[in-house]
Amino acid sequence: MTLEPIRGLRALALAALALLAVRARADEVQVAVAANFSAAAQRIATQFEKDTGHVVKLSVGATGKFYAQIEAGAPFDVLLAADQATPGKLVAEGRALPATLHTYATGKLVLWSADPALVDGQGEVLKSGRWKHLSVADARLAPYGQAARQALASLGLAQAVQARIVTAENIGQALQFVQSGNAELGFVALGQVQPPDGSKPAGSMWVVPATLYSPIRQDAVVIAGTQVAKAATQFVDYLASAKAREVIKACGYGW
Amino acid sequence: MNWGDDTQAVLLTLKLAFVVTLLLLACGTPLAWWLARTSSRWKAPLSALVALPLVLPPTVLGFYLLMLMGPHGIVGRATQALGIGLLPFSFAGLVVASMLYSLPFVVQPIQTAFEAIGARPLEAAATLRAGPWERFAHVALPLARRGVITAAVLGFAHTVGEFGVVLMIGGNIPGATRVISTQLYNHVEAIEYPAAHRLAAILLAFSFAVLLGVYRLRPQGTLVAAPADGAPRA
Repeated sequence: MTLEPIRGLRALALAALALLAVRARADEVQVAVAANFSAAAQRIATQFEKDTGHVVKLSVGATGKFYAQIEAGAPFDVLLAADQATPGKLVAEGRALPATLHTYATGKLVLWSADPALVDGQGEVLKSGRWKHLSVADARLAPYGQAARQALASLGLAQAVQARIVTAENIGQALQFVQSGNAELGFVALGQVQPPDGSKPAGSMWVVPATLYSPIRQDAVVIAGTQVAKAATQFVDYLASAKAREVIKACGYGW
Repeated sequence: MNWGDDTQAVLLTLKLAFVVTLLLLACGTPLAWWLARTSSRWKAPLSALVALPLVLPPTVLGFYLLMLMGPHGIVGRATQALGIGLLPFSFAGLVVASMLYSLPFVVQPIQTAFEAIGARPLEAAATLRAGPWERFAHVALPLARRGVITAAVLGFAHTVGEFGVVLMIGGNIPGATRVISTQLYNHVEAIEYPAAHRLAAILLAFSFAVLLGVYRLRPQGTLVAAPADGAPRA
Protein backbone atom coordinates (compact mmCIF):
# COMPACT_ATOMS: atom_id res chain seq x y z
CA MET A 1 0.00 0.00 0.00
CA THR A 2 1.35 3.42 -0.91
CA LEU A 3 0.77 6.59 1.01
CA GLU A 4 -0.84 8.43 -1.85
CA PRO A 5 -4.36 6.95 -1.77
CA ILE A 6 -4.46 7.30 2.02
CA ARG A 7 -3.54 10.93 1.76
CA GLY A 8 -6.23 11.32 -0.87
CA LEU A 9 -8.77 9.67 1.37
CA ARG A 10 -7.78 11.86 4.27
CA ALA A 11 -8.28 14.97 2.14
CA LEU A 12 -11.65 13.68 1.09
CA ALA A 13 -12.65 12.96 4.68
CA LEU A 14 -11.57 16.46 5.71
CA ALA A 15 -13.56 17.98 2.90
CA ALA A 16 -16.62 15.94 3.94
CA LEU A 17 -16.19 17.05 7.56
CA ALA A 18 -15.92 20.68 6.48
CA LEU A 19 -19.09 20.28 4.46
CA LEU A 20 -20.88 18.73 7.45
CA ALA A 21 -19.76 21.66 9.62
CA VAL A 22 -21.25 24.12 7.16
CA ARG A 23 -24.47 22.12 6.97
CA ALA A 24 -24.73 21.89 10.75
CA ARG A 25 -25.48 25.59 10.85
CA ALA A 26 -28.64 25.04 8.78
CA ASP A 27 -30.10 21.86 10.20
CA GLU A 28 -33.29 20.24 9.06
CA VAL A 29 -35.70 19.49 11.92
CA GLN A 30 -38.42 16.90 11.35
CA VAL A 31 -41.41 17.82 13.48
CA ALA A 32 -44.41 15.57 14.08
CA VAL A 33 -47.33 17.83 14.96
CA ALA A 34 -50.81 16.99 16.25
CA ALA A 35 -53.51 17.79 13.69
CA ASN A 36 -55.29 20.40 15.82
CA PHE A 37 -52.13 22.52 16.07
CA SER A 38 -51.01 22.31 12.44
CA ALA A 39 -52.06 25.84 11.37
CA ALA A 40 -50.27 27.44 14.31
CA ALA A 41 -47.22 25.19 13.88
CA GLN A 42 -46.90 26.17 10.25
CA ARG A 43 -46.80 29.89 11.10
CA ILE A 44 -44.38 29.36 13.97
CA ALA A 45 -42.12 27.18 11.81
CA THR A 46 -41.94 29.86 9.12
CA GLN A 47 -41.00 32.46 11.72
CA PHE A 48 -38.43 30.09 13.27
CA GLU A 49 -36.81 29.43 9.88
CA LYS A 50 -36.54 33.18 9.27
CA ASP A 51 -34.99 33.79 12.71
CA THR A 52 -32.54 30.87 12.84
CA GLY A 53 -31.82 29.70 9.30
CA HIS A 54 -32.79 26.14 10.19
CA VAL A 55 -35.30 24.28 8.07
CA VAL A 56 -38.43 22.80 9.68
CA LYS A 57 -40.34 19.94 8.04
CA LEU A 58 -43.80 19.36 9.50
CA SER A 59 -45.68 16.05 9.45
CA VAL A 60 -49.30 16.46 10.52
CA GLY A 61 -51.13 13.53 12.07
CA ALA A 62 -52.66 11.88 15.10
CA THR A 63 -50.59 11.72 18.28
CA GLY A 64 -51.28 8.00 18.81
CA LYS A 65 -50.04 7.22 15.31
CA PHE A 66 -46.87 9.25 15.86
CA TYR A 67 -46.25 7.28 19.05
CA ALA A 68 -46.39 3.99 17.15
CA GLN A 69 -44.13 5.39 14.44
CA ILE A 70 -41.55 6.76 16.90
CA GLU A 71 -41.56 3.37 18.66
CA ALA A 72 -40.72 1.88 15.27
CA GLY A 73 -37.83 4.29 14.75
CA ALA A 74 -39.46 7.00 12.62
CA PRO A 75 -36.99 9.81 11.90
CA PHE A 76 -38.78 12.57 13.86
CA ASP A 77 -36.73 15.03 15.89
CA VAL A 78 -39.60 16.74 17.72
CA LEU A 79 -43.11 15.73 18.75
CA LEU A 80 -45.77 18.40 19.32
CA ALA A 81 -48.43 16.17 20.85
CA ALA A 82 -52.12 16.81 21.45
CA ASP A 83 -51.77 15.55 25.00
CA GLN A 84 -49.38 15.13 27.91
CA ALA A 85 -49.63 11.37 28.20
CA THR A 86 -47.85 10.46 24.96
CA PRO A 87 -44.73 12.64 25.38
CA GLY A 88 -44.65 11.53 29.04
CA LYS A 89 -44.73 7.90 27.96
CA LEU A 90 -41.93 8.46 25.44
CA VAL A 91 -39.77 10.08 28.15
CA ALA A 92 -40.50 7.21 30.56
CA GLU A 93 -39.40 4.73 27.90
CA GLY A 94 -36.20 6.63 27.22
CA ARG A 95 -37.31 7.54 23.71
CA ALA A 96 -37.47 11.30 24.36
CA LEU A 97 -35.25 13.81 26.17
CA PRO A 98 -36.78 14.67 29.59
CA ALA A 99 -35.13 18.11 29.82
CA THR A 100 -36.96 19.31 26.72
CA LEU A 101 -40.47 18.28 27.86
CA HIS A 102 -42.86 21.18 28.42
CA THR A 103 -46.42 22.37 27.73
CA TYR A 104 -46.45 24.53 24.61
CA ALA A 105 -50.18 25.15 24.36
CA THR A 106 -53.40 24.64 26.29
CA GLY A 107 -56.44 23.92 24.18
CA LYS A 108 -59.90 25.43 24.56
CA LEU A 109 -63.00 23.35 23.99
CA VAL A 110 -65.96 24.89 22.14
CA LEU A 111 -69.41 23.69 21.18
CA TRP A 112 -69.75 24.74 17.57
CA SER A 113 -72.37 24.71 14.83
CA ALA A 114 -72.24 25.83 11.21
CA ASP A 115 -75.75 27.21 11.78
CA PRO A 116 -75.35 30.83 13.05
CA ALA A 117 -78.55 30.56 15.11
CA LEU A 118 -78.20 27.16 16.80
CA VAL A 119 -75.68 27.45 19.63
CA ASP A 120 -76.37 29.98 22.41
CA GLY A 121 -73.85 31.58 24.76
CA GLN A 122 -74.64 29.15 27.61
CA GLY A 123 -74.75 25.84 25.78
CA GLU A 124 -78.46 25.44 26.63
CA VAL A 125 -78.96 24.02 23.14
CA LEU A 126 -77.54 20.71 24.42
CA LYS A 127 -80.71 20.23 26.50
CA SER A 128 -82.98 20.94 23.54
CA GLY A 129 -84.36 18.67 20.84
CA ARG A 130 -83.28 21.00 18.05
CA TRP A 131 -80.53 18.68 16.83
CA LYS A 132 -80.13 15.03 15.88
CA HIS A 133 -76.39 14.43 15.96
CA LEU A 134 -73.72 15.74 18.30
CA SER A 135 -70.22 15.20 16.93
CA VAL A 136 -67.60 14.26 19.54
CA ALA A 137 -64.05 12.98 19.01
CA ASP A 138 -63.29 9.52 20.45
CA ALA A 139 -62.47 10.04 24.12
CA ARG A 140 -59.92 7.21 24.07
CA LEU A 141 -58.01 8.68 21.15
CA ALA A 142 -58.41 12.45 21.34
CA PRO A 143 -57.85 14.72 24.35
CA TYR A 144 -60.60 17.03 23.08
CA GLY A 145 -62.95 14.06 23.00
CA GLN A 146 -62.08 13.31 26.60
CA ALA A 147 -62.65 16.96 27.55
CA ALA A 148 -66.01 16.95 25.76
CA ARG A 149 -67.12 13.86 27.70
CA GLN A 150 -66.00 15.48 30.96
CA ALA A 151 -67.93 18.65 30.11
CA LEU A 152 -71.07 16.66 29.32
CA ALA A 153 -70.68 14.79 32.62
CA SER A 154 -70.17 18.06 34.54
CA LEU A 155 -73.37 19.40 32.97
CA GLY A 156 -75.21 16.20 33.95
CA LEU A 157 -76.05 15.56 30.30
CA ALA A 158 -73.89 12.51 29.57
CA GLN A 159 -76.83 10.07 29.68
CA ALA A 160 -79.33 12.36 27.98
CA VAL A 161 -77.28 12.94 24.82
CA GLN A 162 -75.49 9.56 24.60
CA ALA A 163 -77.77 8.11 21.92
CA ARG A 164 -77.32 11.15 19.68
CA ILE A 165 -73.51 11.23 19.77
CA VAL A 166 -71.56 10.39 16.63
CA THR A 167 -67.95 9.55 17.37
CA ALA A 168 -65.22 10.98 15.17
CA GLU A 169 -61.80 9.38 15.03
CA ASN A 170 -60.07 12.67 15.74
CA ILE A 171 -60.86 16.31 16.32
CA GLY A 172 -60.41 17.10 12.62
CA GLN A 173 -63.12 14.64 11.69
CA ALA A 174 -65.34 15.94 14.51
CA LEU A 175 -65.21 19.33 12.78
CA GLN A 176 -65.80 17.75 9.36
CA PHE A 177 -69.02 16.09 10.54
CA VAL A 178 -70.33 19.49 11.68
CA GLN A 179 -69.01 21.50 8.73
CA SER A 180 -70.67 19.15 6.24
CA GLY A 181 -73.95 19.55 8.14
CA ASN A 182 -74.27 15.83 8.89
CA ALA A 183 -74.09 16.66 12.59
CA GLU A 184 -75.84 19.87 13.62
CA LEU A 185 -73.29 20.63 16.31
CA GLY A 186 -70.16 19.24 17.87
CA PHE A 187 -67.34 19.70 20.35
CA VAL A 188 -64.21 20.95 18.61
CA ALA A 189 -61.07 22.93 19.44
CA LEU A 190 -61.32 26.72 19.43
CA GLY A 191 -58.13 26.64 17.37
CA GLN A 192 -60.00 24.91 14.54
CA VAL A 193 -62.76 27.48 14.13
CA GLN A 194 -60.93 30.64 15.21
CA PRO A 195 -59.56 32.48 12.14
CA PRO A 196 -55.90 33.40 12.87
CA ASP A 197 -56.60 37.08 12.15
CA GLY A 198 -58.74 37.25 15.30
CA SER A 199 -62.04 37.83 13.48
CA LYS A 200 -65.28 36.23 14.63
CA PRO A 201 -65.63 32.52 13.74
CA ALA A 202 -68.37 31.48 11.30
CA GLY A 203 -71.52 29.76 12.56
CA SER A 204 -72.35 29.87 16.26
CA MET A 205 -70.41 28.66 19.26
CA TRP A 206 -70.17 28.39 23.01
CA VAL A 207 -66.71 28.48 24.57
CA VAL A 208 -67.04 25.77 27.20
CA PRO A 209 -65.96 27.14 30.62
CA ALA A 210 -62.58 25.70 31.61
CA THR A 211 -64.08 24.66 34.98
CA LEU A 212 -66.14 21.94 33.24
CA TYR A 213 -63.18 19.86 32.05
CA SER A 214 -59.56 19.21 33.01
CA PRO A 215 -57.13 21.39 31.07
CA ILE A 216 -56.11 20.13 27.62
CA ARG A 217 -52.36 20.55 27.93
CA GLN A 218 -50.35 19.79 24.83
CA ASP A 219 -46.72 18.89 25.43
CA ALA A 220 -43.66 19.13 23.21
CA VAL A 221 -40.55 16.99 23.48
CA VAL A 222 -37.34 16.28 21.56
CA ILE A 223 -37.02 12.65 20.46
CA ALA A 224 -33.96 10.76 21.74
CA GLY A 225 -31.40 9.76 19.14
CA THR A 226 -32.00 12.82 16.97
CA GLN A 227 -29.08 13.87 14.78
CA VAL A 228 -29.96 17.54 15.19
CA ALA A 229 -30.48 17.79 18.96
CA LYS A 230 -29.35 21.41 19.12
CA ALA A 231 -31.68 22.73 16.44
CA ALA A 232 -34.53 20.55 17.69
CA THR A 233 -34.14 21.85 21.24
CA GLN A 234 -33.94 25.36 19.86
CA PHE A 235 -37.28 24.83 18.09
CA VAL A 236 -38.95 23.43 21.20
CA ASP A 237 -37.67 26.41 23.25
CA TYR A 238 -38.83 28.78 20.52
CA LEU A 239 -42.44 27.69 21.17
CA ALA A 240 -42.26 29.61 24.47
CA SER A 241 -40.91 32.79 22.86
CA ALA A 242 -43.02 35.94 22.69
CA LYS A 243 -43.26 35.70 18.91
CA ALA A 244 -44.53 32.11 19.00
CA ARG A 245 -46.95 32.81 21.84
CA GLU A 246 -48.51 35.62 19.87
CA VAL A 247 -49.32 33.09 17.13
CA ILE A 248 -50.47 30.48 19.65
CA LYS A 249 -52.87 32.98 21.25
CA ALA A 250 -54.21 34.20 17.89
CA CYS A 251 -54.92 30.59 16.93
CA GLY A 252 -57.15 30.08 19.95
CA TYR A 253 -54.81 28.48 22.49
CA GLY A 254 -53.45 29.45 25.89
CA TRP A 255 -50.27 28.09 27.42
CA MET B 1 -62.84 -2.39 25.40
CA ASN B 2 -63.89 -5.97 25.82
CA TRP B 3 -64.83 -9.07 23.89
CA GLY B 4 -68.46 -7.95 23.65
CA ASP B 5 -67.62 -4.85 21.63
CA ASP B 6 -65.39 -6.83 19.29
CA THR B 7 -68.01 -9.56 18.80
CA GLN B 8 -70.62 -6.96 17.97
CA ALA B 9 -68.26 -5.38 15.42
CA VAL B 10 -67.54 -8.78 13.84
CA LEU B 11 -71.26 -9.62 13.55
CA LEU B 12 -72.08 -6.20 12.11
CA THR B 13 -69.29 -6.56 9.55
CA LEU B 14 -70.59 -9.95 8.41
CA LYS B 15 -74.13 -8.56 8.14
CA LEU B 16 -72.88 -5.60 6.10
CA ALA B 17 -70.84 -7.84 3.79
CA PHE B 18 -73.78 -10.21 3.22
CA VAL B 19 -76.23 -7.43 2.39
CA VAL B 20 -73.75 -5.63 0.14
CA THR B 21 -72.77 -8.82 -1.73
CA LEU B 22 -76.39 -9.81 -2.39
CA LEU B 23 -77.34 -6.35 -3.63
CA LEU B 24 -74.19 -6.09 -5.74
CA LEU B 25 -74.81 -9.47 -7.39
CA ALA B 26 -78.36 -8.35 -8.16
CA CYS B 27 -77.26 -5.04 -9.74
CA GLY B 28 -73.81 -6.05 -10.94
CA THR B 29 -74.78 -9.11 -12.99
CA PRO B 30 -77.08 -7.25 -15.45
CA LEU B 31 -74.51 -4.46 -15.66
CA ALA B 32 -71.72 -6.97 -16.39
CA TRP B 33 -73.92 -8.71 -18.98
CA TRP B 34 -74.57 -5.43 -20.75
CA LEU B 35 -70.90 -4.37 -20.61
CA ALA B 36 -69.79 -7.76 -21.97
CA ARG B 37 -72.10 -7.69 -24.98
CA THR B 38 -72.59 -4.07 -25.94
CA SER B 39 -70.73 -2.15 -28.59
CA SER B 40 -72.33 1.10 -27.43
CA ARG B 41 -70.17 4.20 -27.24
CA TRP B 42 -71.13 4.38 -23.55
CA LYS B 43 -69.25 1.15 -22.83
CA ALA B 44 -65.86 2.80 -22.27
CA PRO B 45 -67.08 5.67 -20.05
CA LEU B 46 -69.24 3.31 -18.01
CA SER B 47 -66.41 0.78 -17.59
CA ALA B 48 -64.16 3.60 -16.43
CA LEU B 49 -66.80 4.72 -13.94
CA VAL B 50 -67.18 1.18 -12.56
CA ALA B 51 -63.38 0.90 -12.12
CA LEU B 52 -62.97 4.29 -10.42
CA PRO B 53 -63.21 2.98 -6.82
CA LEU B 54 -60.06 0.93 -7.57
CA VAL B 55 -58.15 4.15 -8.06
CA LEU B 56 -59.69 6.64 -5.63
CA PRO B 57 -58.31 6.50 -2.10
CA PRO B 58 -61.16 5.21 0.10
CA THR B 59 -60.96 8.14 2.53
CA VAL B 60 -61.36 10.52 -0.42
CA LEU B 61 -64.35 8.55 -1.67
CA GLY B 62 -65.73 8.61 1.89
CA PHE B 63 -65.20 12.35 2.21
CA TYR B 64 -67.13 13.10 -0.96
CA LEU B 65 -69.88 10.67 0.04
CA LEU B 66 -70.12 12.53 3.36
CA MET B 67 -70.57 15.75 1.40
CA LEU B 68 -72.97 14.28 -1.18
CA MET B 69 -75.10 12.43 1.38
CA GLY B 70 -75.10 15.35 3.85
CA PRO B 71 -77.97 17.85 4.12
CA HIS B 72 -76.38 20.19 1.56
CA GLY B 73 -75.46 17.46 -0.94
CA ILE B 74 -77.53 16.30 -3.93
CA VAL B 75 -78.03 12.80 -2.57
CA GLY B 76 -78.79 14.10 0.93
CA ARG B 77 -81.46 16.46 -0.39
CA ALA B 78 -83.02 13.66 -2.42
CA THR B 79 -83.11 11.18 0.49
CA GLN B 80 -84.61 13.87 2.73
CA ALA B 81 -87.25 14.73 0.13
CA LEU B 82 -88.11 11.03 -0.13
CA GLY B 83 -88.55 10.85 3.64
CA ILE B 84 -85.59 8.46 4.10
CA GLY B 85 -83.61 11.01 6.07
CA LEU B 86 -79.84 11.34 5.91
CA LEU B 87 -77.61 8.35 5.19
CA PRO B 88 -74.36 9.14 7.06
CA PHE B 89 -74.06 7.54 10.52
CA SER B 90 -76.53 4.79 9.56
CA PHE B 91 -76.28 1.14 8.49
CA ALA B 92 -78.10 1.97 5.24
CA GLY B 93 -75.48 4.62 4.51
CA LEU B 94 -72.70 2.05 4.97
CA VAL B 95 -74.47 -0.32 2.59
CA VAL B 96 -74.72 2.33 -0.14
CA ALA B 97 -71.11 3.42 0.32
CA SER B 98 -69.80 -0.17 0.40
CA MET B 99 -71.70 -1.01 -2.79
CA LEU B 100 -69.94 1.80 -4.62
CA TYR B 101 -66.61 0.84 -3.11
CA SER B 102 -66.85 -2.88 -3.97
CA LEU B 103 -68.58 -2.47 -7.35
CA PRO B 104 -65.54 -3.23 -9.58
CA PHE B 105 -64.71 -6.36 -7.59
CA VAL B 106 -68.11 -7.80 -8.46
CA VAL B 107 -68.71 -6.45 -11.97
CA GLN B 108 -65.31 -7.20 -13.46
CA PRO B 109 -65.04 -10.98 -12.81
CA ILE B 110 -68.62 -11.52 -14.03
CA GLN B 111 -68.01 -9.38 -17.11
CA THR B 112 -64.82 -11.29 -17.93
CA ALA B 113 -66.65 -14.60 -17.55
CA PHE B 114 -69.48 -13.45 -19.83
CA GLU B 115 -66.99 -12.22 -22.42
CA ALA B 116 -65.18 -15.56 -22.39
CA ILE B 117 -68.34 -17.44 -23.34
CA GLY B 118 -68.23 -15.88 -26.77
CA ALA B 119 -71.13 -15.63 -29.20
CA ARG B 120 -71.35 -19.30 -30.30
CA PRO B 121 -73.16 -20.97 -27.37
CA LEU B 122 -75.67 -18.13 -27.35
CA GLU B 123 -76.21 -18.35 -31.11
CA ALA B 124 -76.67 -22.11 -30.79
CA ALA B 125 -79.26 -21.53 -28.07
CA ALA B 126 -81.00 -18.97 -30.27
CA THR B 127 -81.30 -21.46 -33.14
CA LEU B 128 -82.99 -23.76 -30.62
CA ARG B 129 -85.52 -20.96 -30.11
CA ALA B 130 -84.24 -19.84 -26.70
CA GLY B 131 -85.39 -16.28 -25.99
CA PRO B 132 -83.06 -13.57 -24.66
CA TRP B 133 -83.98 -14.29 -21.03
CA GLU B 134 -83.53 -18.05 -21.48
CA ARG B 135 -80.19 -17.51 -23.20
CA PHE B 136 -79.09 -15.39 -20.24
CA ALA B 137 -80.49 -17.56 -17.44
CA HIS B 138 -79.98 -21.06 -18.84
CA VAL B 139 -76.86 -20.65 -20.97
CA ALA B 140 -74.78 -17.62 -20.05
CA LEU B 141 -75.23 -17.62 -16.27
CA PRO B 142 -74.40 -21.35 -15.77
CA LEU B 143 -71.37 -21.01 -18.05
CA ALA B 144 -70.20 -17.97 -16.10
CA ARG B 145 -70.87 -19.45 -12.68
CA ARG B 146 -67.25 -19.47 -11.59
CA GLY B 147 -66.99 -15.79 -12.45
CA VAL B 148 -70.10 -15.13 -10.37
CA ILE B 149 -68.72 -17.10 -7.42
CA THR B 150 -65.40 -15.27 -7.66
CA ALA B 151 -67.29 -11.97 -7.78
CA ALA B 152 -69.37 -12.85 -4.72
CA VAL B 153 -66.32 -13.92 -2.72
CA LEU B 154 -64.28 -10.88 -3.70
CA GLY B 155 -67.17 -8.49 -3.08
CA PHE B 156 -67.75 -10.05 0.33
CA ALA B 157 -64.07 -10.04 1.32
CA HIS B 158 -63.51 -6.52 0.05
CA THR B 159 -66.45 -5.23 2.08
CA VAL B 160 -65.16 -6.99 5.19
CA GLY B 161 -61.81 -5.26 4.74
CA GLU B 162 -63.29 -1.88 3.94
CA PHE B 163 -61.98 0.87 6.16
CA GLY B 164 -61.54 4.37 4.78
CA VAL B 165 -65.08 4.89 3.57
CA VAL B 166 -66.61 3.64 6.81
CA LEU B 167 -64.23 5.76 8.84
CA MET B 168 -65.40 8.87 6.99
CA ILE B 169 -69.16 8.39 7.05
CA GLY B 170 -69.72 5.93 9.91
CA GLY B 171 -69.54 7.91 13.15
CA ASN B 172 -68.41 4.73 14.94
CA ILE B 173 -71.83 3.86 16.42
CA PRO B 174 -71.84 0.42 18.12
CA GLY B 175 -74.23 -1.95 16.39
CA ALA B 176 -74.87 0.43 13.48
CA THR B 177 -71.61 1.55 11.93
CA ARG B 178 -68.75 0.19 14.06
CA VAL B 179 -67.18 -2.56 11.94
CA ILE B 180 -64.07 -4.74 12.42
CA SER B 181 -61.69 -2.50 10.53
CA THR B 182 -62.60 0.72 12.37
CA GLN B 183 -62.62 -1.12 15.69
CA LEU B 184 -59.15 -2.52 14.90
CA TYR B 185 -57.92 0.93 13.91
CA ASN B 186 -59.25 2.40 17.15
CA HIS B 187 -57.45 -0.27 19.18
CA VAL B 188 -54.19 0.61 17.43
CA GLU B 189 -54.70 4.35 17.87
CA ALA B 190 -55.50 3.90 21.56
CA ILE B 191 -52.30 1.83 21.92
CA GLU B 192 -54.37 -1.23 22.95
CA TYR B 193 -52.09 -3.53 21.01
CA PRO B 194 -53.22 -6.91 22.49
CA ALA B 195 -56.84 -6.22 21.50
CA ALA B 196 -55.67 -5.01 18.08
CA HIS B 197 -53.58 -8.16 17.52
CA ARG B 198 -56.54 -10.37 18.42
CA LEU B 199 -58.87 -8.66 15.96
CA ALA B 200 -56.19 -8.48 13.27
CA ALA B 201 -55.62 -12.22 13.64
CA ILE B 202 -59.33 -12.88 13.07
CA LEU B 203 -59.38 -10.62 10.00
CA LEU B 204 -56.19 -12.14 8.61
CA ALA B 205 -57.34 -15.74 9.09
CA PHE B 206 -60.69 -14.94 7.50
CA SER B 207 -59.16 -13.18 4.49
CA PHE B 208 -56.66 -15.98 3.94
CA ALA B 209 -59.40 -18.61 4.08
CA VAL B 210 -61.49 -16.67 1.55
CA LEU B 211 -58.62 -16.24 -0.90
CA LEU B 212 -57.56 -19.86 -0.44
CA GLY B 213 -61.10 -20.88 -1.34
CA VAL B 214 -61.05 -18.74 -4.47
CA TYR B 215 -57.71 -20.14 -5.65
CA ARG B 216 -58.81 -23.72 -4.93
CA LEU B 217 -61.79 -23.01 -7.16
CA ARG B 218 -59.55 -21.71 -9.89
CA PRO B 219 -56.10 -23.27 -9.74
CA GLN B 220 -54.76 -21.64 -12.89
CA GLY B 221 -56.64 -18.38 -13.28
CA THR B 222 -55.89 -15.04 -11.74
CA LEU B 223 -58.57 -13.48 -9.60
CA VAL B 224 -60.01 -10.91 -11.94
CA ALA B 225 -59.39 -12.40 -15.38
CA ALA B 226 -61.59 -15.44 -14.88
CA PRO B 227 -62.43 -17.39 -18.05
CA ALA B 228 -65.78 -19.16 -18.05
CA ASP B 229 -66.11 -22.94 -17.93
CA GLY B 230 -66.02 -24.67 -21.25
CA ALA B 231 -65.12 -21.52 -23.07
CA PRO B 232 -62.54 -21.91 -25.78
CA ARG B 233 -59.27 -20.32 -24.72
CA ALA B 234 -57.67 -17.98 -27.21
